[in-house]
Amino acid sequence: MTDTTSPTLTGAFSDAELRDIRADFAILGTVVNGAPLVYLDSGATSQKPRQVLDAERYFYEHDNAAVHRGAHTLAALATESFEDARAVVARFVGAADDEIVWTSNATEGINLVAYAISNASLGRGGDDALRIGPGDEIVVTEMEHHANLIPWQELAARTGATLRFIPILDDGSLDLGRLDSIVTERTRVLAFTHVSNVLGIVNPVDVLVARARAVGAVTVLDACQSAPHLTLDLKALGVDFAVFSGHKMLGPTGIGVLYGRSELLNDLPPFLTGGSMITTVTMESAQYLPAPQRFEAGTQRVSQTVGLAAAVRYLETVGMHRIAEHEAALGERLVAGLAALPGVTVLGQAAGLHRVGLASFDLAGVHSHDVGQFLDDRGIAVRVGHHCAQPLHRRFGVTSTTRASAYLYSTADEIDQVVDGVRDAATFFGVTR
Amino acid sequence: MSSTELQALYQELILDHSRHPQGFGLKDGAAAQSHQVNPTCGDEVTLQLHVEPGTDTVTAVTWEGHGCAISQSSASLFTEMAVGLTLPDLQGRIDLFRTAMRSRGAIEPDEELLGDAAALGGVSKYIARVKCAMLAWVAAEHAIAQVNAAR
Repeated sequence: MTDTTSPTLTGAFSDAELRDIRADFAILGTVVNGAPLVYLDSGATSQKPRQVLDAERYFYEHDNAAVHRGAHTLAALATESFEDARAVVARFVGAADDEIVWTSNATEGINLVAYAISNASLGRGGDDALRIGPGDEIVVTEMEHHANLIPWQELAARTGATLRFIPILDDGSLDLGRLDSIVTERTRVLAFTHVSNVLGIVNPVDVLVARARAVGAVTVLDACQSAPHLTLDLKALGVDFAVFSGHKMLGPTGIGVLYGRSELLNDLPPFLTGGSMITTVTMESAQYLPAPQRFEAGTQRVSQTVGLAAAVRYLETVGMHRIAEHEAALGERLVAGLAALPGVTVLGQAAGLHRVGLASFDLAGVHSHDVGQFLDDRGIAVRVGHHCAQPLHRRFGVTSTTRASAYLYSTADEIDQVVDGVRDAATFFGVTR
Repeated sequence: MSSTELQALYQELILDHSRHPQGFGLKDGAAAQSHQVNPTCGDEVTLQLHVEPGTDTVTAVTWEGHGCAISQSSASLFTEMAVGLTLPDLQGRIDLFRTAMRSRGAIEPDEELLGDAAALGGVSKYIARVKCAMLAWVAAEHAIAQVNAAR
């Protein structure tokens, strides 16, 4: 269908390299509805290479025990694996080991920060600077995933603070012209996404962090769609907190990461309380360990951290800059292919902004569920619906969209297949003009 | 090119109803109305049952909403089927339809009782789409419950 066979569009990987990468992902050989699987739903969850599965199996077959308790050999081995994994992830994002808190997923990480601030605001410990109340403001953006919106709505409701948002322009970029009037001396928290899970646009973290710092607000970065796809240096970005999920970056489900600047983490009271996060406990009260253990109550997920560390090593071996280059080329091919189809509107095409290998679109006259069903019939897996970003969809006047999202194992041919599929869907549903 | 399963799912009858839905547009004087949302996709329907005063007989079904071809055609086909039935009969048809939808393709919808809505039988093989087909029917069931509760 396309004549975009220019070698510059094949990205950083040679055909042989890409074949080798794909061979690590057994599931990519699956046949779905009689056709080879074309998996373009990595924005929802990534597939896992055998190295990750092997690492989890090895852990369970050789090292499994509860961590940070017990004096036996396996307990020591398991604790070592658990803390080694923390160090691997810390290095991957440019953080210190004790700035990495394990969570179940990014959603839990954001809730942890919101509830810890809430607990500080109730006088349950922590630094005065992290207490908020009436007159204070929390700022998010209009493009947030519900996970980086609702916890702040709830925090505002609990504390009496006001929630505001930075709107987005028609091209999908943030309306930075209004940044200074929205993020003010009243702003205590500025929470925003690094890469939109719907638009694929990379937000200007430096601009937002500079403004937050100027007014003394704490920044919370949703890195769910950047950590898997871009080189991420949280210290260089200068954010105070960041979250991401393991399952979107080749790791298992059930493991997520909260990064917090060391002094800030130690200024926060805990969110979940219980075993393994205390020093001294009496019948009346308890003293808490410093971060990260303060935020890791109860029996921890261990094999998942081992799996995530294996995933990070896999990504590092391939090279994040090459992955980013590969995906940027796929993203350009995807957007160009879709935007050229009659009746297709790609959401958010801000010129000059970097984007990842992800695009969401509306096919006029055909609901996204029907587009997705048509593509599934050809073995093509895409996401349909509002992608947990209803306000963003409302902003663009649509209820739902179809989203194709690539990863390091995706190919240019797969991108062409989805574009062909959308064109044929228009014919099938009778909306070809 | 598409599979026979896909063509069975999106029969011409279903696509026609989704493009030209019956009963679309709310009207005054309904005996009850219900608004239902499919949280996975944001699809919505507001459905009204119009009942002949002093009787159990459905005189009209009107509705508004937006969604996929399955949910829109299903609301339209429901409208056609429901008119003239008594409320207990209508509840019986809803139960029948739900059983077929949840059967994963094992039960063919009864065309005698469900009329053209039986064409939605193909949906039951696609478990992710059953909610789409059920949306208007769930709204109608809720509306029937309201009419009964008010008596």
